[in-house]
Amino acid sequence: MLKIDQTCYDQLRRHGEETYPHECCGVLLGRVEDDDQRLVTSVARAGNTRTDSPQNRYNIDPRELIAIQRQARERGLDIVGFYHSHPDHPARWSSTDLADAHWLGCSYVITRVEKGQAQETNSFLLLGGEEADKRFQDEPLEVAARIAETRTPA
Amino acid sequence: MRIHIPTPLRQYAGKKSSIDVQADNVGDALSALTSTYPDLRRHLYTDEGKLRAFVNVYLNDEDIRYLHKESTPVNENDSLSIVPSIAGGSCACCCPCRMNA
Repeated sequence: MLKIDQTCYDQLRRHGEETYPHECCGVLLGRVEDDDQRLVTSVARAGNTRTDSPQNRYNIDPRELIAIQRQARERGLDIVGFYHSHPDHPARWSSTDLADAHWLGCSYVITRVEKGQAQETNSFLLLGGEEADKRFQDEPLEVAARIAETRTPA
Repeated sequence: MRIHIPTPLRQYAGKKSSIDVQADNVGDALSALTSTYPDLRRHLYTDEGKLRAFVNVYLNDEDIRYLHKESTPVNENDSLSIVPSIAGGSCACCCPCRMNA
């Protein structure tokens, strides 16, 4: 399951509305619990470098990701997944999404933005041991009022 | 030097987020890494021994493809980041995302 802080959920959906009719993209930061539940406590916006076809493609500049990763590390956060929008297109993974997904074990969150308004948001977990057998699995998405950024001491 | 391991590859690297190695160039650094953690190799390299196309390797903030690739010299204060690409997008026509909507 992917559990996301309400503020983060609102932010990623708003991002899709702001970039409409282009796809938005960004990084989900947080932690993975011992029971494999992924918690999202922060989101980082990224620019879409696919200026040749931004209405149906996205790409995050690795250099921007490295910077996001560095800042996350300083806060004790990990990359647990990524998000992007599908302008006027279902919030389901596409063949392009699967072909270009390489972060096995991470969540890929997609929001349908219809005529500039965010509609449904779904999460898909990228499973598989390697490229040859990778696949997306529907993943329950729970929005929580507030998720603490750090673990509560036992 | 320090090599930063991305989340999906940590399971093949003793669950570590970074690993320190001694090396003179990028290729040596990656060799040291995959010698210690051989399961990483198939995730980074093709069967022909080339870095996979979707695996970006950055020396500090520079893509090694625009430096001297794996021959790029390194020093002990450098950091190497392995960054699988992040891309995708909805399709323009008859893709599965329309069919399974």
